Amino acid sequence: MKNCEYQQIDPQALATPTPTPTPTPAPTPSARACPEKKPRRPQRKWEVFPGKNRFYCDGRIIVARQSGVLPLTLGLILVTSGLFFIFDCPFLVKHLTGFIPVIGGVLFVFVVISLLQTSFTDPGILPRATPEEAADIEKQIDNPTGSSSSYRPPPRTKEVVINQQVVKLKYCFTCKIFRPPRTSHCSLCDNCVERFDHHCPWVGNCVGKRNYRFFYTFIVSLSFLTAFIFGCVTTHLALRSQGGNGLVFALQESPASALELVVCFFSVWSILGLSGFHTYLLAANLTTNEDIKGSWSGKSGNEETGNPYSYNSIFKNCCSVLCGPMPPSLIDRRGFVPSEDGAEIGPAEIELPAAKNDVNMCTQGTKGLLETATRSPFLSSPCPQAKSQAIPPPALDALPSITPSPSPSPSPGPGPGPGPALEQTKVSRERPAATTPHRHHSHHRSRSKRTAQQGHNPGHASNPPASPGPRRSHSSRSRKDSKTRDPKFTPLH
Amino acid sequence: MAETHSLQDLRQQAAIASKVFIQRDYTSGTICKFQTKFPTELEARIEKQQFEETIQTLNNLYAEAEKLGGKSYLEGCLACLTAYTIFLCMETHYEKVLKKIAKYIQEQNEKVYAPLGLLLTDPIERGLRVVEITIFEDRSIGSR
Repeated sequence: MKNCEYQQIDPQALATPTPTPTPTPAPTPSARACPEKKPRRPQRKWEVFPGKNRFYCDGRIIVARQSGVLPLTLGLILVTSGLFFIFDCPFLVKHLTGFIPVIGGVLFVFVVISLLQTSFTDPGILPRATPEEAADIEKQIDNPTGSSSSYRPPPRTKEVVINQQVVKLKYCFTCKIFRPPRTSHCSLCDNCVERFDHHCPWVGNCVGKRNYRFFYTFIVSLSFLTAFIFGCVTTHLALRSQGGNGLVFALQESPASALELVVCFFSVWSILGLSGFHTYLLAANLTTNEDIKGSWSGKSGNEETGNPYSYNSIFKNCCSVLCGPMPPSLIDRRGFVPSEDGAEIGPAEIELPAAKNDVNMCTQGTKGLLETATRSPFLSSPCPQAKSQAIPPPALDALPSITPSPSPSPSPGPGPGPGPALEQTKVSRERPAATTPHRHHSHHRSRSKRTAQQGHNPGHASNPPASPGPRRSHSSRSRKDSKTRDPKFTPLH
Repeated sequence: MAETHSLQDLRQQAAIASKVFIQRDYTSGTICKFQTKFPTELEARIEKQQFEETIQTLNNLYAEAEKLGGKSYLEGCLACLTAYTIFLCMETHYEKVLKKIAKYIQEQNEKVYAPLGLLLTDPIERGLRVVEITIFEDRSIGSR
């Protein structure tokens, strides 16, 4: 490009006058103008993902940053099932039937597969807004206080009527979007998740729209497995202690059974309770989040509230969640970040290559987006000077019209100078703001922590491998509420 | 001249003037549906009817993807029985419709929008939040 001839002269550019790859304007000169950087391999989007998640297998597997007690869950399941197959099954096969290990095996496989799928699947994370989108939304929102740089503006809400119910959509300060209905921001993962149910530490991931069915399968099959193992071990010990030998003798002969008995006894109650609670939620088409907050229970005294998302048929509610179409992952983890080189437009499945090049030239990776919002949408490369030269001037002139308020310096060539200062103000504006929308989550978490501790105090010897306490207490409350609830709305479809 | 614009020519010659975002319409619940309200910025560029037809077709396609019917139930039940492992090898109904949508958008861009100096972005690239329409200001074609 002609503009690049006036950049700093670097030996590499002179030595290797490679022809510019024609499909993509601009980017190559910037790569050549930074000789200290090796030609960067194209990055995948998961590498620049702004949320607190971890990725494995090149983006195929996603987990929350804190894996919580997932290893414990997995360990308990594997150890208990292993002991069962090794110590109890031979005896039971000899004295009862050979189907026992088969049934146990099938249940075990179901449990492990659904646990891994719950933990490793994207729960329905919403990608954050691009700078242009954020600017567009800011334009539409009234800001009576004027400048918003000094303190956090009040939480913004938008009202929408769904099925004759007024639903408030809240603005997420972190993701810079109005959250769709039933979406919530998880502060542990720092993502907005669609149809957010809860963040489960036992599986080390959020439970949301895309992995709720896996989670439900997991807890139901786990209930069956623990009940099955409990029953089999009890039968085993009973058979052994027959013939006048006594229970103590049986336990001495098979000490592993004692451990299994203890684990299963304490697990089965909590997991059965959790399964029952989630079956109720499923039948009413509710999420744990909505149930805890009492969004549709009419607690505010308004008799007209009811769940606007329910189909008013238990069968249809269950089917829509468990057997409905599987929505795609919106974050496109394995797609390539459109880099300055523009060399690869990755295997990201569905897009127009030209559109991606053009439109995303200014949106290099979601991480860069938040930074670019403070400068300008076009200039976010590590070599800002080179980039500003590379972009044809008319684009730069167009900048002020695109980013009015959010970027205090819409003029071209921001350079690194105003950048850090802007970053600081932006961060200081964001940080206090970010805590407010998450208040109900920290509240929820602290509540669950407290009740979990209370649950553990009265001598729960083993940790039940599923979320205890708060769900049980809520299940009792919810069951009471379900009698008073009277949805009188037409189904959505 | 306008008819021979390819997307690449457009990009190289034109500059982006602004972007319009068509937001989601949540009045029917959480299904994917976009507002058909005609934005004022496009009034000079495209006919209202054409725009509404495009958005309505998109809405219909998304409704087809999310439809709760016999086929999706069958797929769901089969998946449940196999512990959802068939998702690893099979393309879901939703993904098939998304491919159809991508093709439709590309076709619309080539036939209708690019000649008018507009570009539709597939909503899946924006997390199904918005339909982004980029308005190009043609600089090289001197007639404007």
